[in-house]
Amino acid sequence: MASAEEVAKAAERRDVRDRWLLSAPALLIILFAATGPLLIVLVYSFLTPGSYGDVRWQFSPEAWVSVFMERDIFDDTLSIAAAHVTIFWRSIKLAIVTTIATLALGFPTAYFMATRSEKTRDLWLFLITIPFWTNLLIRTFAVLQIIRNEGIVNAILLKLGIVSAPIQILYTDTAILIGMAYVYLPLMVLPIYASMEKLDFRLVEAGYDLYATRFKVLRRIIFPLVKPGVIAGSILVFIPALGAYVTPSVLGGGKNMMLSNLIELQFGQGRNWPLGSALSIAVMVIVMVALLAYVRNAGRSEVRHG
Amino acid sequence: MNWKTTATAMGLALLATTSLARADGELNIYNWGNYTSPDVIKKFEAKYNIKVTITDYDSNDTALAKVRQGGTGFDIAVPSQTYVPIWIKEGLVLETDPGKMENFKNVAPEWANPEFDPGRKYSVPWALGTVGVVVNTDVYKGPADSWGIIFNTPDELKGKVNVVPEMNDVIFAAIKYVGGQQCTTDKEVLKKVRDTLVAAKPNWIAMEYNTIEKMGAGDFKATSDWNGSALRQRLANPAIHYFYPKEGYGLWSDNLVVLKEAKNVENAKLFQNFIMDPENAAGLSAFHRYANAITGSDKYMPADMKDAPEVVIPEADKPHAELQLMCPPDVQDLYTKIWTELQK
Repeated sequence: MASAEEVAKAAERRDVRDRWLLSAPALLIILFAATGPLLIVLVYSFLTPGSYGDVRWQFSPEAWVSVFMERDIFDDTLSIAAAHVTIFWRSIKLAIVTTIATLALGFPTAYFMATRSEKTRDLWLFLITIPFWTNLLIRTFAVLQIIRNEGIVNAILLKLGIVSAPIQILYTDTAILIGMAYVYLPLMVLPIYASMEKLDFRLVEAGYDLYATRFKVLRRIIFPLVKPGVIAGSILVFIPALGAYVTPSVLGGGKNMMLSNLIELQFGQGRNWPLGSALSIAVMVIVMVALLAYVRNAGRSEVRHG
Repeated sequence: MNWKTTATAMGLALLATTSLARADGELNIYNWGNYTSPDVIKKFEAKYNIKVTITDYDSNDTALAKVRQGGTGFDIAVPSQTYVPIWIKEGLVLETDPGKMENFKNVAPEWANPEFDPGRKYSVPWALGTVGVVVNTDVYKGPADSWGIIFNTPDELKGKVNVVPEMNDVIFAAIKYVGGQQCTTDKEVLKKVRDTLVAAKPNWIAMEYNTIEKMGAGDFKATSDWNGSALRQRLANPAIHYFYPKEGYGLWSDNLVVLKEAKNVENAKLFQNFIMDPENAAGLSAFHRYANAITGSDKYMPADMKDAPEVVIPEADKPHAELQLMCPPDVQDLYTKIWTELQK
């Protein structure tokens, strides 16, 4: 009896051990590759900047104070860090506009793809994924070649006599938006397409049979059913767009800082690593709050519709 | 493939890599990108039977941060004059005493005892240059020897001016423009600097490094820039000229140092001596397009550089040159704030 119990216990022990061993690689990766570096960033944000980059191991909340507040260098008054707020807001605004633009372009694209015959669908999918094979920087420079003053768009417009002088698109906000929408479009199309593909189009037909207008079908049948794809796509676009760095500086001219430029400045010429770390954490918190709010909101409206 | 052939293949591969390194020695250079003449390196490799490996960096801060972490395996780095004192102070460089090396006699007297490395105990001059103004004279024909091109842009150039976003260079230029001293903490001057910058920005089209291509294509009609870059632009379009601002312009020099953690110290010293030879110095210049501090190298310089006004500073402009210094951390902090204010 006792031996049987022991055997069972040993088996259980072995089971526990095996479970730990088998999950060890995953745990190690999470610990060292994901959480570890973040913890270092967090710790650095509470240290004192070294004289020429790096940090001194001395506690200081100064970095966090200067994320939100700034001491005027001329009259020494403490006020809200207007420069940081402006830069944060610029990046958030760009991420939101990019998400809306890619959604507006991506939704019809995904619908078009999903309504093709099974064979041609693969071809369209293939075409959408092609840009992923190229480096982001190269894709951005391709856009630059198209919209610059001596670029393709202006050459055609001039040749057709539509304009008499090249239109300045490069280095404007429009240029940034064109680039961002182009770069992030596949990230929006793919998840929407994935849920659109599973959509039972007989439901759409049923809607028409019941005298629903096209718009009503879209709003009451298609949209609710592909909503998970829209949510996933929006998240996939919003997060990287918030940290976008290459596209805004190449197409926008780099006159106005984005969040990532501000952070880079602290680690480079600004030599204030703690502030850079604190800013990075602040961005993460913003993303997290925005995501939670978005997902909760999206979930609630689903309940209302259901 | 079975185990045996795999093992043989691996063995062969190992043999191949080790036989590649069969030179008498190695030298690992850590330098700015697109800065090291392959011809001069080949010559050095052949002369001393040393295998040279080059790794690129893109900024002084990157190089400093990486070397400070240690364990890089590099023997040599090429920091700018502003950073050399930091490298020395932080104990990152080896005192190789280039001042006593055979070829040191070739170093121009004004560079033989610089304030960033008194007595040349550590560093050897690699390249030197200036930061000034580049203008496309097809578009603007007026006087351009002033930072006013950037900070008080003439009408013809409004919306067509680029500024290279090198914080210290831009602040230096703005301080000179309002009549201050570099590294100043004078609040009156800094206020003027900030106001000048903020007022000037609407006339700029961009703040980019990519000036050679953009000036060539006509996206920019004027820019602040380094002289070597200006030379390349003029060779591509003769209407593009480089100007030395009369308010004062920055002089810089990059200097080759041997790292304290170097494994190939003797080879690194050989290289330090090697590049102070006039012919080799000219070879380096021919590639990176900047001047060097080696007397007698002009004989070997390529024809398009010998009398180039970008490389050889005209006598009339010489008095306005000023060696750029590293400002103390608290001053740097003020400048970062002004910079953030400018780019917000």
